[in-house]
Amino acid sequence: MSDFRYAVNVLPKPGILDPQGRAVELSLPHLNVTNVSRVRVGRRVELTVTADSEAAALAVVDALAKEMLSNPLIETYAIEPLEATSSAVSSASGATQP
Amino acid sequence: MRIGVVIFPDSNSDVDALNALAVAGVEPVKLWHESPDLEGVSAVILPGGFAYGDYLRAGVIARFSPVMRGVSAFAAEGGHVLGICNGFQVLAESRLVPGALLRNRSLRFACKLVDIKPARLDSPFTRAATGKPLHIPIAHGEGCYYADEATLDELEANGQVLFHYVREDGTPALDPDEPANPNGSLRAIAGVCNSAGNVAGLMPHPERMSEWILGSDDGMQLIRSLVESAAAWEAAR
Repeated sequence: MSDFRYAVNVLPKPGILDPQGRAVELSLPHLNVTNVSRVRVGRRVELTVTADSEAAALAVVDALAKEMLSNPLIETYAIEPLEATSSAVSSASGATQP
Repeated sequence: MRIGVVIFPDSNSDVDALNALAVAGVEPVKLWHESPDLEGVSAVILPGGFAYGDYLRAGVIARFSPVMRGVSAFAAEGGHVLGICNGFQVLAESRLVPGALLRNRSLRFACKLVDIKPARLDSPFTRAATGKPLHIPIAHGEGCYYADEATLDELEANGQVLFHYVREDGTPALDPDEPANPNGSLRAIAGVCNSAGNVAGLMPHPERMSEWILGSDDGMQLIRSLVESAAAWEAAR
């Protein structure tokens, strides 16, 4: 058995009203930012699956994403593989430090 | 007759629902979320609140609680289930009623009195209603009813829309941005039922308008409807 770590990124479906995205967008002029648009606010869930194979782990994440982490009526999701030992903190700093 | 009220962690309208049932003359039964046993009740109310803190999405964690296995089986047998506010969100997440409840269009938690009107009086959840607008409270942050256009057409054609938010003149508040539509619900939908007609959800709180001492007993029209339907269902079994 091995550990497989994933992030599930959930976003409102295109075309669905996203009041949070709209609120962020409406606040941008207060920051003197005028060149940002189409803001969408979603949610990111990170998790570790212990499984025999990557395919088995992925199947679990996919089922969870479909059944629980997103609502397919209003949201889409994308699964992103992470380093098995990563956490929200390390992946966030990894993104900013090359 | 006995009617159950499910209690999830962070339910907060359970006591109001239990009281409204007592006012209607039936024995209220508390149903704990950790047991799938509905204790032989004749109908079930999923009350308002913030089940499981509304974490992830309102209603989704509750969907997977043991009691919902019992509620789903009860609904499949034809038993009547009414979800109020957070209870509606739980039913929608459980796919027991169609659609989804999005964050209010205003982004504000809406806590006020609104007018709703039954779209039909021959449903199990409106049979004791007068047909006049009901003046009852809402208290929610995620009550903006959403379904895609095809589903909305189908719901209207099948008579599955049970309640509309209405203007002072009693007409549906169809513009999602008009004040009489408190959360931006599409087609002014305040409540829907499943295609079989025995499971319904609505955002406003009829159980909080169950006695004159609370300001109005408008909500009792809906509680009595549920009681009558439960009695008819028991009698037919």
